[in-house]
Amino acid sequence: MNITGIAAIGAGLAAIGAGIGIGKIGGSAMEAMARQPEMQAKLQTSALVFIAFVEAVALFGVVVAFLQG
Amino acid sequence: MDLITPEFGLVFWTLVTFFILLVILKKFAWKPILGAVSEREEGIKNALASAENARIEMENLQSDNERILKEARHEREVMLKEARELKNKIIDDAKEEAKRQSDKLVRQAQETILTEKKAAISDLRAEVAKVSISIAEKVIRGELSDADKQEKLVNSMLDDNSLN
Amino acid sequence: MGHSIAKIKRISIVFLLISFVGFVNESKATESEGEFSPKDMILHHVKDAYGMHIATLNFSNRDPLHITIPLPVIIYTDSGFTIFSSSLFDHDYHGHTIVEKGGLKLVNLHEKVYVLDQGSDSLELDAEGHPLNASRPIFDLSVTRNVLMMWVSIVLLLLIFLSSARSYKKSKKFVPSGLASFVEPLILFVRDEIGRPMIGDEKYKPYMPYLLTVFFFIWINNIFGLIPILNGANLSGNISFTFTLATVTFIITTLSGNKNYWKHIFWMPGLPVPMKLFLMPIEIIGMFVKPISLMIRLFANITAGHVIILALMSLIFVFKSVAIAPISIAFSLFITVIEIIVTAIQAYIFTILSALYFGMATEEEHH
Repeated sequence: MNITGIAAIGAGLAAIGAGIGIGKIGGSAMEAMARQPEMQAKLQTSALVFIAFVEAVALFGVVVAFLQG
Repeated sequence: MDLITPEFGLVFWTLVTFFILLVILKKFAWKPILGAVSEREEGIKNALASAENARIEMENLQSDNERILKEARHEREVMLKEARELKNKIIDDAKEEAKRQSDKLVRQAQETILTEKKAAISDLRAEVAKVSISIAEKVIRGELSDADKQEKLVNSMLDDNSLN
Repeated sequence: MGHSIAKIKRISIVFLLISFVGFVNESKATESEGEFSPKDMILHHVKDAYGMHIATLNFSNRDPLHITIPLPVIIYTDSGFTIFSSSLFDHDYHGHTIVEKGGLKLVNLHEKVYVLDQGSDSLELDAEGHPLNASRPIFDLSVTRNVLMMWVSIVLLLLIFLSSARSYKKSKKFVPSGLASFVEPLILFVRDEIGRPMIGDEKYKPYMPYLLTVFFFIWINNIFGLIPILNGANLSGNISFTFTLATVTFIITTLSGNKNYWKHIFWMPGLPVPMKLFLMPIEIIGMFVKPISLMIRLFANITAGHVIILALMSLIFVFKSVAIAPISIAFSLFITVIEIIVTAIQAYIFTILSALYFGMATEEEHH
């Protein structure tokens, strides 16, 4: 296996972490929205912002893969 | 690696283009649009505020009216009460006065009656005395005109007395 | 927000309908260079290029016909500026065609202009494909396809917003009409959902022009990136573009930082001294990590979207089978629909995070 393959595995691992994180955020946001439908707009906004933060982690992985490629 | 290395040319053009876009849009788009929007919002806010003011004023007016009405009602009641009191007082006074007058009159009448009665009695007495004397005179005169009768009288009187 | 998303969808579907034609063209073009390599095709798609390649028509009896809009190549070397048309490279990006201009020998290697060293007549490459006898010019200010699409995008933005601003002037009661009634909800969205809550009611106003400009600039370029008939002007998926915008955000944040902001970076209040010393380097690193994450987030999101769509399309050519096409198209349709949402979300995220950083920089001390 060359360095590109290892980089791809790294990117995949980062994606797993981000997937778990985004899933948790999405689930909690849904739960919160169901509990307080009047807060939906605010919850959606902050959920998107937090997803962006978590997603950045996966994207750093992708960028590292690009670095190797 | 190539993919994530910023290129000077594109950075330069992006910077230039972005600043041109920013300056033009700021002056000719964002300022008028945001200005118009905020002016409209301000207008709506002002309209709402003035409506609210009008409502409050209306309420004040209404409460004023109510207050005035209440006052008027109260005043009327007071006046009525006063009038009633006055009336009662007048009636009472009149009654009192009338009573006093009538009492006075009655008293005077009684006094007059009493006086008149006394006068009448004394007059009557005088009259009776006069009449009695004149009757007595006539009777005596008639009795004494006949000797027999005189004697009979004296005898009867004496009898009466001696019998006693 | 739902309202504006519905509108975004309506526009995006139009773009979607014309999208696949271009991808297929791109793929064919690369295939004609011999053995089809998805990686090369994708990398050439997501990277910048000197000419604006529209399509390649393949004929059985003659050379393929490339339809390309030539763009000016502007380079600055020791001997001053050199300007020539990209068509002189004759669609070559392997460094074979040598352009002689102003006493310089220029080649195009993977869409980068190299100046051949004095005395050499052809480009020599090392084992990893790096040039041995050529170097990059000092400045390369070429109007590449990304620059061209950026200009097209700002012309479009100016048309949209200047005409809607004019319609406000015309209507006396400031009632939006026509185009303005479409852009006003978006502008109000940026103001009421991004600027105001993130920066605060008192201070958001000076930042609004930047936030609005950056939001619409990124969004429209994200959408342009999804129109492959323009052959993927992958401007917002280019690190130079996101680097520039993130740098501007960083500069504005740093310049508007107040006493409270710097105190939180260098001497975190309310903590014991060892903790303060411990946090200081972290906060200083964080100051730079914020714009870097902005830069990488936008770049990687948009580039990853393009890579996925192109990789799915490449499947057809990798398997050399028409049977795979329906699956491939169905999947890339799915990804493209997601990407349409991502165009708006990434513009929104970039803007809201910029606003958040401005808000942090201008936040007043409170106890």
